[in-house]
Amino acid sequence: MYLIELQELVKSYGAVNALNGLSLKVPKGSLYGLLGPNGSGKTTTLRILCTLLAPDSGQVTVAGLDALKAPQLVRRELGYVAQEVAIDKILTGRELLHLQGDLYHLPSMKRDVRIAELIKRLDMKTWIDRRCGSYSGGMRRRLDLATGLLHQPQLLILDEPTVGLDIESRSAIWNLLREVKSQGTTVLLSSHYLEEVEALADQIAIIDGGCVIAQGTPEDLKSQLGGDRVTLRVREFSDAEEAEKVRELLTNVDGVRQVVINRVQGFSLNLVVDDENVLSSLREELDKSNFQVFALSHSRPSLDDVYLQATGRTLMDAELEVAGQRDVKLEKKKAMR
Amino acid sequence: MTTSTSLVSTPAPKGIEVSFLVQETRALTRRLFIQLVRRPSTLIAGILQPLIWLVLFGALFSNAPVGLLPGGMSYGRFLGAGVIVFTAFSGALNAGLPVMFDREFGFLNRLLVAPLSSRSSIVFASVIYMTSISLLQSIVIMATAFLLGYGWPGPAGLLLVLLTLLVLVFAVTALSLGLAFALPGHIELIAVIFVVNLPLLFASTALAPISFMPAWLGWLAAINPLTFAIEPIRAAYSGPIDLSLVILNAPYGDVTGYGCLGILIVLTIGLFFLIRPLLNRKLA
Repeated sequence: MYLIELQELVKSYGAVNALNGLSLKVPKGSLYGLLGPNGSGKTTTLRILCTLLAPDSGQVTVAGLDALKAPQLVRRELGYVAQEVAIDKILTGRELLHLQGDLYHLPSMKRDVRIAELIKRLDMKTWIDRRCGSYSGGMRRRLDLATGLLHQPQLLILDEPTVGLDIESRSAIWNLLREVKSQGTTVLLSSHYLEEVEALADQIAIIDGGCVIAQGTPEDLKSQLGGDRVTLRVREFSDAEEAEKVRELLTNVDGVRQVVINRVQGFSLNLVVDDENVLSSLREELDKSNFQVFALSHSRPSLDDVYLQATGRTLMDAELEVAGQRDVKLEKKKAMR
Repeated sequence: MTTSTSLVSTPAPKGIEVSFLVQETRALTRRLFIQLVRRPSTLIAGILQPLIWLVLFGALFSNAPVGLLPGGMSYGRFLGAGVIVFTAFSGALNAGLPVMFDREFGFLNRLLVAPLSSRSSIVFASVIYMTSISLLQSIVIMATAFLLGYGWPGPAGLLLVLLTLLVLVFAVTALSLGLAFALPGHIELIAVIFVVNLPLLFASTALAPISFMPAWLGWLAAINPLTFAIEPIRAAYSGPIDLSLVILNAPYGDVTGYGCLGILIVLTIGLFFLIRPLLNRKLA
C-alpha cells in the first residue's frame, strides 16, 4: 500500500533539467528518506508533491488522489516543512500556529488544544510568546515542525529538516520524527546527510541527476551491494610504492574482490572482501612478506558505498562538484510564486 | 483506495466552505493588523502625510481670488476631497507590497500549501485591511479639515464618502495585488508605484478644477478614475447631496453624481475581471 506514487516526473527550469523521469513509491506508514547531493532534484520533487509546483509531465498521486487534478484535497493530507523556514518575524510563535490552524480550518477548540499539545511536546513554552524574529535556528525549526504537524496530516514532508542545526536540536528532531512515524504518520524527508538517513529512514531512495537510481530499505541496498569493507594500513603514513606492493600482494588472496589505494588517507588500502573470515588470511599474507599491520578495520558496506556504487562517486565528491555550479539566487527566484 | 481517501474525496458542503472562507480570511486579516499594531510607523506616516498636504497646499493657494472655484468654494474645502481620495488611492496602491514581500520571503508558500477553500481569501484580507486603513485616514483628514474651517459633509455626505472610497480602494488594491504577482520583485513594484502615483494626482481634479487646465490635461483629468471619486466627495462637501446634478464639466460632456459613481463602479468591475485571470494563474 503506497501513500505516494510519483511516475516519470519531468521538470526543467529553462535549460536546466531538475527532474528527468523520476519515479518513486512511498509505502504508507514508512519513514522515507530521499538521499542525494545538493542539486539532485530533491527539493523540486518535494515541491511538486506539495502542489507548489507542477511538473512538465508525469503523474503525482498522494493518498489515492491525483495531486495535479485535485491539489486542494491533497493539501489537506500533508504537512510541509520547507528548507528555508518562512516565518513572519513580527508574529509570535503562538500567533503563527494560530494562523496555521485557521488556514487548515481547525475548529477553534481543537486548534487551541493542538497548539498546547505541540508547545508541550516540542518544549516551546518559554519562548512561544516571543516574536519569531528573536528565535534561533533550532527554535525556528521546531516551530516550523509544529506548524507542519498541527493539523495531524497523514503525510509529513520535510526538506532537509536538520541542515545547519546543532547536534542537540538535531537529535530532538530525530526523536520527534520517530515518534510521529510510530503514531502512524508517513514521513518523507530529504537529506544530503548520510547519517541522518541511516539513523532515521526505514526506506530510502537515492536521487542523482533528477532520477531515482536506487531504492529500498538501507539493509537491502547494502546487502545487494555485497561484500564487506576493510581498511588497512601497514604504516601510519605509507607511500605510493609501498602501497602498490601491498595491493599486488593482497589482490590474489582468496576472498578479496577488490583493492583500491586511497591516496588521500595516507595511502591506506580499501578492500572489498567476501566476509570477515578473509581478515585472518590477510594478516597471514602480510606477515609472510614482513609487512606490519598498523591498522585494520572491518565494516559492513555503508550507504555511502551504496551511493558510490550507484553513481561512481562519493556523496561528498558530488557535493563538492555541484557546490561551484549552483546559482542559489536564481534558484530562489525560480521558487518564487 | 483507503477509508481515509474516501473521507477527503467528498467535497465539503457549501455552508462549510463559506465558514472555511471566513475563517481563513479572518486569520489572514488578523495577521495584517497585528503587523500594523507592532509596526505602526506606516500608519502614522500615512496619517501625517495627507495632513501635511492639506495644511501646506491649503496655505499655498489660500490667497486665490474668491469666486475662482466653482460655487465660490474656498480652496481648502476644494482640496479636502482631493486629499481624501489621493490618500486612499496611494495607500491602496501600496497594498501589493506586503504580498510581494511574502512572495520573496517564502511566506506565501506557507499559504499556498495550505488547503485554503479559496485563494481569494489572500486578496480579501488585503482589501479588508486596506479599506479599514483608508477609512481611518479619511476620518482623520475630514476631522482636520473641519478644524481648519473647511466644512463637514454631514451624515448622508459621510455615507457617500465612505461608499466612494470603498469602491476606489477595492479597485486599486486589486490592481496592486495583480502587480505584486505579475512583477518579478519589490524593486519593480515600487518603481511602478512611483511612476503611477503623483502623475495620476496631478492629472486629476484633486488640486485644481478642469476649467483651470489646458485642454489636453483637462482631457486626461476627465478620464482619470481618481476624478470620478473626487467629484462625488467634493459634492458631499458643498451642501445637500443630489446625485442627479451635474458635478463634472468634462470636455466630452457633463457628468452627474450618479454618472461619476457609475463610471467608477464599471471601472472597478472591469479592472477586477482584468486582474482575475492573473491572480488565478498565480494562485491556482
